[in-house]
Formats: sequence, C-alpha cells, structure tokens
Amino acid sequence: MLRDITLGQYIPGDSVVHRMDPRMKILLTLGFTVILFVANNISAVVAAGMFPLVAAVFSHISYNVIVRSFKPLLPFILFTVILNLFYVGGDPIVEFWVIKITWQGLHVSAIMSLRIIFMLIGGSLLTFTTSPILLTDAIERLMGPLKKIRVPVHEIAMMMTIALRFIPTLIEETNKIMNAQKARGADMEQGNLVQRIRALIPILIPLFVSAFKRADELALAMESRCYTGGEGRTRMKVMKMSARDGWASLCFLVSVGLVIACNIRFGSAFQY
Amino acid sequence: METLIKLENVSFSYEEGKTVLDRLNIEFKQGEFVAVLGHNGSGKSTLAKLLNGILEPTAGKVLVSGIPTTDPERLKEIRRIVGMVFQNPDNQIVATTVEEDTAFALENLGVEPEEIRRRVDEALKRVDMYAYRQHPPHKLSGGQKQRVAIAGVIAMNPRCIVLDEPTAMLDPKGRKEVIETVKELNRTKGVTVILVTHYMDEAAQADRVVVMDQGGVLLDDTPRQVFGQMELLKSVGLDVPPSTELYLDLVKTGGFELAVVLNPTECAEKIAEQIRRG
Amino acid sequence: MSAITVRQLTHIYSPDTPFKQVALNEVSLDIQKGEFLGIIGYTGSGKSTLIQHFNGLLKPTSGTVLVDGEDIWKKGYDIRSVRFKVGLVFQYPEYQLFEETVYKDIAFGPKNMGLSTEEIDSRVREAAEFTGLAPELLQRSPFELSGGQKRRAAIAGVMAMRPQVLILDELAAGLDPKGRNKILNQIKEYHSKTGSTVLLVSHSMEDIARYSGRVLVMHRGSLLMLDEVSKVFARADELVKTGLDLPELTKVLLILQQRGFPVNTSAYTKEDVRAELLRLKGVTGC
Repeated sequence: MLRDITLGQYIPGDSVVHRMDPRMKILLTLGFTVILFVANNISAVVAAGMFPLVAAVFSHISYNVIVRSFKPLLPFILFTVILNLFYVGGDPIVEFWVIKITWQGLHVSAIMSLRIIFMLIGGSLLTFTTSPILLTDAIERLMGPLKKIRVPVHEIAMMMTIALRFIPTLIEETNKIMNAQKARGADMEQGNLVQRIRALIPILIPLFVSAFKRADELALAMESRCYTGGEGRTRMKVMKMSARDGWASLCFLVSVGLVIACNIRFGSAFQY
Repeated sequence: METLIKLENVSFSYEEGKTVLDRLNIEFKQGEFVAVLGHNGSGKSTLAKLLNGILEPTAGKVLVSGIPTTDPERLKEIRRIVGMVFQNPDNQIVATTVEEDTAFALENLGVEPEEIRRRVDEALKRVDMYAYRQHPPHKLSGGQKQRVAIAGVIAMNPRCIVLDEPTAMLDPKGRKEVIETVKELNRTKGVTVILVTHYMDEAAQADRVVVMDQGGVLLDDTPRQVFGQMELLKSVGLDVPPSTELYLDLVKTGGFELAVVLNPTECAEKIAEQIRRG
Repeated sequence: MSAITVRQLTHIYSPDTPFKQVALNEVSLDIQKGEFLGIIGYTGSGKSTLIQHFNGLLKPTSGTVLVDGEDIWKKGYDIRSVRFKVGLVFQYPEYQLFEETVYKDIAFGPKNMGLSTEEIDSRVREAAEFTGLAPELLQRSPFELSGGQKRRAAIAGVMAMRPQVLILDELAAGLDPKGRNKILNQIKEYHSKTGSTVLLVSHSMEDIARYSGRVLVMHRGSLLMLDEVSKVFARADELVKTGLDLPELTKVLLILQQRGFPVNTSAYTKEDVRAELLRLKGVTGC
C-alpha cells in the first residue's frame, strides 16, 4: 500500500521538463493551480488541464506512474463527486424518493473531480521531474526577497536539505534498533494500545539519543568546513532560465487565454 | 621544513579539575605524515579538535601558520588551512548528493560558481569518487563516504588534513582505501597529514608517530624507534604490529639480530637473512 | 549434537522487484554445541543475513533453520522463544541502551522472558561480572558510561538471557588495542565457563585465529569453507581471491615459503609461528 503512493517521489530523467529551471517549474505549478480554480465550467477546466497533460507527455514519465499519483486519493474524489451530485439544485435528470440528480450537479461534480485530479498530476509532475535538493534550492531562491522582512530563508532551506539527507539514515537506524531490541525479546506485535505504545520506548529513546549525537557531530563537521550561516555564501549550481523555460511559460499563457475564453463563452457552472 | 602548526604549553580540560591535556608542546611541519596514537581517553581526539579551533586551549597557545586559534576573526582562514575529517562517515556529509557535499566548504567561502565546479571535479577525481558524483551518500559504502568527506576537505586546498580515527568504523577494504587516498595526497600534493588512529599498522606507514598518554606526549619519533619500545607501548594500553612483535620475540628467544621490522615483508626478509646466515 | 542446523537456506531481499538481491544461496551447515566458531567474509558476503536467521529475525525465503533440533518456522513454534536461545549482539550494540539504569537495561531481556525478580537479579549480576562491569556501575545511567563500558553493558544485556548460543558481530569494532584484548578475553572466559556456543563475526583475522576453533567463510551468499582454523588459513590463495585478508603472521610464513624455505605455513598463533621459525633456523643452520 505504502509503496503505491508515488506523490513526492523523484524520478530521474533527462527530458525537457526535467531540465527546466526549478524556479519556473514551481511558479508554473502555482500559477496552474490558480488557473484551475479560475476555470468555472467544464470546457475551461479541460482547457486548463491540457497544460500538465502536455507537460507529462514531454517528461517521458510513464502513463502508469502518472495515474498512480492520484489513484490513492480516488475514494476522496468519489466522495466529492457524490456530495456535489446530490446537493446541487437545478434541472433534474433522475428523481425518486428524496434523491434528485440534476444536470448542474453532474456538471459541478465533474469540475470538482477534474480539478483535484489535474492538481495532483501537476504537483506530482513537479516532484517527479525535480530532485529534492533542486526543489529546496529553488524555494530558497524564490523566497529570497523575504529575507528583507527577516524570514530566515537560508536556515529553513538548510534544515530542509539536512532533513532530506538524514531521512534514509534514520530509517536504517530505526530498523537496526528495532532488530536489536527484538533480539532481546521485545514484543512489538502484540498487546493492547497502551502496551504497544510502551513497546516503542526502547526504540524511541535510542533513536533520539543517536539523533542528538549525529546533530552534534554534524554541527562540528559543518563548522570545520567554514560554515557560518547564509551570509556571503555562493552556490555551485547557478539557476539560469533558458529558452525552454520561455516556451513553457508561453504554453502556460496560451492555456490561461483558453481558460478565460471558455469562461466567457460558456459561462459559470456555479450559478445555482 | 617549515613549521605549520605549533602548540605552546597547551592545557585543556572540559570541566574544571579534570585535565585532558597538560602543558603540551608539539610542532607539525609542512608536508609531514604524522600518526597520533593513544588509548581511549589519552587526549588524542581532544588534540585533533584543538588544531582547527573547534576547541580552544584552556591555557597556552595553538598557532596555525602563525595565527592563534583563539582569534575569532581568523577562524575561517584557520579552517581553510587545516581541514578536518571525523570518525563517523554518516555524520559529516551535509548534502544529498556527493558533488553538492564536496562543494559545501567552497560555497561557504563564497568562491565563484565556475571555480567551485572545477575544484569539486578535481577533488572528486583525486579521491577516485568522480564516477559517483551524482549519487546520494546513503547508497555508498563506508570507505566511499570517508573519501567523499576527504574530497570535501581537499576542495578547500588546505595545507593540512587532520583525520580523527577515520577508519574506526570501516571494514578492511574501506580502511585500505582511505589510507591509500591519504598517503597519495601527502605524497603528490605535499599536504600535511595528521592521522589519529588506534590501528598500529596504519601508524607504521607514517613518517612520524606521536604517542599520547595521560594528556602528554610519551613518545615522538619515527615508527621504527617508537615500535621498538614494545614493552612501554603495551604498558599504556597500546600494541605493536604483529610482525614487529614476532621479530622482537625471535630476538629475545632465538638469538636473532636486533632490529625493528614494521610489516610482514620486512619481517620475512629479516628472518630469511638470519636463517641463511645460520 | 548440533546447536544450530541450517539446510538449503536461501534468502532473497525485495523479491519480485527490480532491486531483487540474493543474499544467501542454498547454505547448509551445522554448528556444534559448545564450539567457538569464527565467521569471516567481506562486507556484503551474506554473513549478517546469515546470523539474523539463527535467532529468527529474518525468515528464510526457502530452506530450514533448526535450533536445538527444532524447526523454528514450523507451525505453532513461538518465534520469540528462539531469541532467548540464540542471543545476538549486533555491531556497535551500545545504541540499544535505553533504560534509566544499567541494571534495568541488562534486565530488559530476562524481563521479556517472564522470569522472577530474584532470577533476574542473579542473571544481571552474573552477566555484569562476565563483562567486567563493576557492581557500582549498575545503578548509574547507561548514558553516563564511557564508550567501552557502554559496549560491555549492551553485551551483558544479551548474556543475561543465558542463551545457549551467543553471536557477537564485530564485538571489538572501534575499541583501542587494550579494550579489544580485554573484551575478547572475557568472551573466551565466558565460553569456557558456561560451555555455551559462541559465534564471533570479525574482520580481524588475528582475532579469528586467536580465539576460534572452527572458521566459517562466507562468499557471495554461499558457504565457502567451514573447517578448523589451520585448515582454513592453509587455503590462503582462495581466501585472498575472495578479497579477504590473512593473519599477518601467516603472511610472514607465506613470504618465506615463496623464497624457498621449507616452512610449514599451517601455524597461525604467535607461539606456533615462533616455534616454527626457531625450528627453521635450527634446521637450516645445521
């Protein structure tokens, strides 16, 4: 089950989308999300959805992986559909007992479910095609202006990098500690809730002790390598916008235009 | 040879009354390969941390290329001259890819991006990890991680590398990789190497061995002179390489000619020579 | 009588995925009751996977593991009980310490066995003595101890379960020469006093040569050798080919042999090698 969730995972590749400037990718993902909510009828939503779908084709990421990015959330999507189907008034298609399904209801549920699906595809595409480190870097640079109002942008980004670096190490460590305690007869699979929580103590305490030790040693190692905070720091990898980023924004602008045109031409579905 | 690091009457204690180092006087010269030996608690790890200003002496002075390590204004300079590699390979890699980690120190120093790229590639080639530059650190072996840590230090072009038990957590293959890398740097780039270790065979490969005991220097000489003092070393919880011990035993019980051998090849040659002579 | 019997043991990590990895391939072996067995093999040879099968932490993909003559994966067998019969001390075991006092930490295993307070007390004290922990340390917090003492406390925590088989993975890693010798000698003493089976996994050929009776060599997930120490080190060429090192003194003898001296290379202890060389000097000297 857990391994079915692909959201947030990076899939290395060399496509145009992979090579785009991560800052542009973040901005476009945000912009796209806004446009998705501006679109107020089904044609407009479909028009907006073309943008991540075209990007998905160019990213060379397989169809299956894309589908899996929203599959775990299908129950949630279904719930939204049902809710809108029964509660939106208008011209009935089917009507029996207390249940009334209307054209408008059908329209609104279609919009809602497509919005969620497109949003998940867009978000996943960002993480599929951008390594966590580039993502962190791009966020740091995009948030740069916030430094002026004393937001510790560099520190936040550094913390994110270190967290990303140490997650695999700590997972491995947890497994090791669990095995060591199991070897002393610790029982983690049985008992009621209280017993199970208590069984976690022999794992959590060593994990915290070791995490603090690691933090200490890491701080020394960073200091030894001349780290004194964000002041005066440069970066090896310079982020540069290139032609492909220009083309991507052009595509986005076209889709914005299409959405607005559809909105005007077909009118909002939310008037009931 | 020019003196690079000089300790003058250095004392250190973590808490009052518990002296770890006691009026230490010692010098390290440019281009030397020095091994520091001592049992756990002898103060050798503290000594290492004093050399780049992570710790400040409680009394006395540590001078790196003439700069006292107590000068907060010049700490960056000191740390660029004296690079440090620690014991646990997992706890000194900061970034999520090998090359980003190697770049870390240079980024902190504000070096230009193209220059960082050039020096990172060169450093990674030197430790033979260039092919792994895009790898995440947790997918590497212990020996590879330590070589990445070394690359991160030599990218700064330091004049000295201090390694605090860099091989303690490695398997024999990893140990060999690290020691070979360090020796190579010393030989080809003239980098001063200060290797804190408790592996006698590693110390035997150095130019000079410093033996620490009870917060002071017990012996400071060539490996041959130091390992000749087998009884003294054993009395302070240390040892000599097995071949050295074997040969000294043969001297004592079999009338072999007195000599200090440092590795199996030397040992076998000396024995062969004696047997032929009869 | 064997303490542990393994038949056709295969273990595959992440089967049915692209990351599939055969860690053990059809391994069969018998470990004798009361023996001191050394286990060697380079990192990734399968030795860690193997020892985790002995106490049921890993389940075989195929094949059987018998402890004390019983199949530990047969229906109705309580897998937790095998952890008490086969005590496993992992590499750097000090990270497993978690209790408020050393005493309580050592008592964790015996407590999980459901023993009485008096029984637990006698086992904790016995284990502390075997590992050379002074009684006054027992009431301290384990986090206040020195590195070497922490290691001892962690080993005591496994010994206190009085396992029939004690497995030690790289027990001396990171210790200085004195600490190394002390702890290994204590294990040797534990072995001769309790008569239990001891398995020592180590990268140090010196330690293996000095303490074990038989040696098991793992290579690429298969059992390469299981024999007496002298017979294993006599197959020097094969060992070197698999990336393993030889005891330093064996290297000395081998170099002498290459130079044409009639030397018996099966000696591996300090005393035997010295005797062999003295004999050689006497013989060729005549």
